[in-house]
Amino acid sequence: MPRPEPAQPGAAKADRAIITIIGSDRVGIIAGIANELAEANVNILDISQSVIREFFTMIMMVDLAGAAVSFHALRERLTRKGDELSVRVEIQREEIFKAMHRI
Amino acid sequence: MRHLNFSGEEILETIQMVRTEQLDIRTITVGISLLDCVSDSCDGVCRNVYEKVERITRDLRRVSAEIAEEFGLPIINNRIAVTPISLIAGRSSPGDLVRIAETLDRAAHAVDVDFIGGFSTNVEKGMTQVDANLFAAIPEALAATKRVCASVNVGSTRAGLNMDAIADIGRIVVRTAELTRAESSIGCAKLVVFCNAVEDNPFMAGAFHGTSEAEWAVNVGVSGPGVVLRAIKAAGDVDFGTLASIIRRTAFKITRAGELVGRTAAARLGLPFGIVDLSLAPTPAEGDSVARILEEIGLERVGTHGSTAALALLNDAVKKGGAMASSYVGGLSGAFIPLSEDAGMIEAAERGAVTIDKLEAMTAVCSVGLDMIAIPGDTPAETIAAIIADEAAIGMINKKTTAVRLIPAVGKRVGDWVDFGGLLGRAPVIPVNTNSSRRLISRGGRIPSPLQALMN
Repeated sequence: MPRPEPAQPGAAKADRAIITIIGSDRVGIIAGIANELAEANVNILDISQSVIREFFTMIMMVDLAGAAVSFHALRERLTRKGDELSVRVEIQREEIFKAMHRI
Repeated sequence: MRHLNFSGEEILETIQMVRTEQLDIRTITVGISLLDCVSDSCDGVCRNVYEKVERITRDLRRVSAEIAEEFGLPIINNRIAVTPISLIAGRSSPGDLVRIAETLDRAAHAVDVDFIGGFSTNVEKGMTQVDANLFAAIPEALAATKRVCASVNVGSTRAGLNMDAIADIGRIVVRTAELTRAESSIGCAKLVVFCNAVEDNPFMAGAFHGTSEAEWAVNVGVSGPGVVLRAIKAAGDVDFGTLASIIRRTAFKITRAGELVGRTAAARLGLPFGIVDLSLAPTPAEGDSVARILEEIGLERVGTHGSTAALALLNDAVKKGGAMASSYVGGLSGAFIPLSEDAGMIEAAERGAVTIDKLEAMTAVCSVGLDMIAIPGDTPAETIAAIIADEAAIGMINKKTTAVRLIPAVGKRVGDWVDFGGLLGRAPVIPVNTNSSRRLISRGGRIPSPLQALMN
């Protein structure tokens, strides 16, 4: 039986990811992260911020379709930036949230 | 927010499940049929097996790492399950079979998976020559290899219990413990004896790729005792209906995560997706214990009265939540109670709060059986066989899978410890009933299949 062709990561039409920034509020967080994303040619679709469960949380919905770097590289850059800004930065493909939180 | 379809609460909840509550994908297991690897020489079989296993799974580790990163969900193990080796071994001698086991080991090493299961056979009704040869090969095969797992199905609701095979297996467990005594009898941690074995279980040591399966499949085992524990703790003193609902909802989310990972892995490997096994599988790490869930349900210590009822609730609620989450739920899917792999169980065993008799009762309502239990090194083979017979009887009558993975700790007694390291954990040696079962086991033959088998 022939094997189907392996799919490439990010080949799906919906190539959106969610970036979560958790930590104390300070000047320059949005600018710092947005700058990294711009350099990687990642478009920001939405930003929201609030205090959730006592954490200052910023959530960005981004589009990775035109990204100039791999997911892995992007994640490394964001992590480094997060360390500089003393916040925790997570990036995850959107599907995981869709899968877990929607019937 | 225009685009964001989820609330900040939901996003944080997912992140917290991973970062603090030990939500993880316990395993991606690639199942491979080796039926086309048959050959008229042992060399031929080994060559074909190695080539096929390596070719199909060479990208598994890389794909797994990518997916774990992209979804922010750790994938703890990558594993392989193959066709029960007895089915492709033809006229292999025990020595040939050991060579096949070594080949499986080499292939697993080459693609860097931690276990390869399927050194197995099904003897529920009777044994053929190749079955007997496989039996004879098991102790040496498990001693000579690191990553190979073996399993034997000795009974079923349809066929009854093969008491001759059970008697044999008791001796094989003892021999395997002997041959690996220098490593805490770890050989026995890689050998499972089943009743009503399932063909798509992704967890070790009982994984194999059954003959009802297709050429290949990607199966996923999720886990999340910590997540369930937190959810129950947060709920406080709610009644059983509410408790069941909380567990169901949590199991739903966990299973969905598992299915997404499984489907994505399957797509990127170019293999069909098989099933999600939504078992709550503990690890020795704190906060990752099924026993603690039972204690949070309301037991001072797991093993006390009420443990069986609590486990019945948990096992059933996990299945219901998981079943909503995925069309293809399979494997064992429930709650595991492996003693050495559960911090709460280890503590309870150490204090004598949980005994082998209570564990046996609990296996009637959980998804597996007597798992990773260290028993005194001088336990006779017939006693081990009788323990297996008891477990198999529970499975046979109740139309469920039961299994036994016992570790006779050679040279050790009640109160001593065995330590396997890593996910296999550590355990205190617990007592067994020392009254003899020798005459029972020496009778021979089969225990007939029960009335439940007459279902046509």
